[in-house]
Amino acid sequence: MYGKGLRTLSIATVATLALALSLTFFYAPLDADQGFIQKIFYLHVPLAIVALLGFVAGGVFAVLHLRGGDSRWDAYSYVSIHMSVIFGVAVLVTGSIWAKASWGHWWVWDEPTLVSFLIVFLMYATYYPFRYAIEDRERQARYASVFAVTAGAFVPLNFIAVRMAESLVHPRTFATANGGLPGEMMLTFLVSLAAMGLLWTTLVKFELTAKSASGQLKRLRRALDAPAPGGASRVAPEVS
Amino acid sequence: MLALLSSLPIGAPALPLDEAGKYVAGAYVVFLVLLVVYVAIMAAKVQRIERELRELAGFAEARSEEKAEHEAEVAEVGGG
Repeated sequence: MYGKGLRTLSIATVATLALALSLTFFYAPLDADQGFIQKIFYLHVPLAIVALLGFVAGGVFAVLHLRGGDSRWDAYSYVSIHMSVIFGVAVLVTGSIWAKASWGHWWVWDEPTLVSFLIVFLMYATYYPFRYAIEDRERQARYASVFAVTAGAFVPLNFIAVRMAESLVHPRTFATANGGLPGEMMLTFLVSLAAMGLLWTTLVKFELTAKSASGQLKRLRRALDAPAPGGASRVAPEVS
Repeated sequence: MLALLSSLPIGAPALPLDEAGKYVAGAYVVFLVLLVVYVAIMAAKVQRIERELRELAGFAEARSEEKAEHEAEVAEVGGG
């Protein structure tokens, strides 16, 4: 069920990623201020946007789970948050590399954009111990959903607060009406954003498919009354 | 021909792999490594599922054979 369309989605993701990379390195002009270093922008910013939207999506799925009690929405919420945490790691690492190249420091603690993203990331890093501290599966799913809704609501609020705060060194690229980017750069950025969005969706679908297969396998094992394999206990939510 | 070549990526100027280039390469390599590690973990999970499925199929077949043998024995005793 979850694997439907995965092949098409994977092909579209690879094609869009290839196009985004080609545009980044062979089409988008060099930035007048930062030069070649600015090429990190086409990786770092789409990753950050998709990660933050993924956290919000996790909250929306959690609302659906709390409303209807369907465990599938809990799995969607869990996988969305899980994938966004992975994307978050990439955002922090690529951002640090860019900071070192541009500002000469791996991290700037005075900068609201950096610190706020770190806070969001660390908040979601607590999702796992919070979730797995609860043994009962239903309670675990319910409490995790409450966490996902609360944290998901915090993400846009945090984003607005950062946009309102005074920036010290981090650029505000989309602060102007036309985005502050020339046409070629904007096109490259939008294709990169689409590529990252597709990558996130593909990986979420892939993970859900694997979890569904694992869940079906356990059901089959129970139905056949077969012995469980050693070391096969899973903590992540199952989907059937 | 030259016009065609210049429109292709291979016709583009060499990437400036100086100080800035190293940082850019580093950022893209980190992304690629994260992606490869994730795909490798998922591949291991899929392999585990496949292995368990094979075991389960073997278990179901063995049980079905046992059942067939048992039924044959019962029929033999009943017939004799």
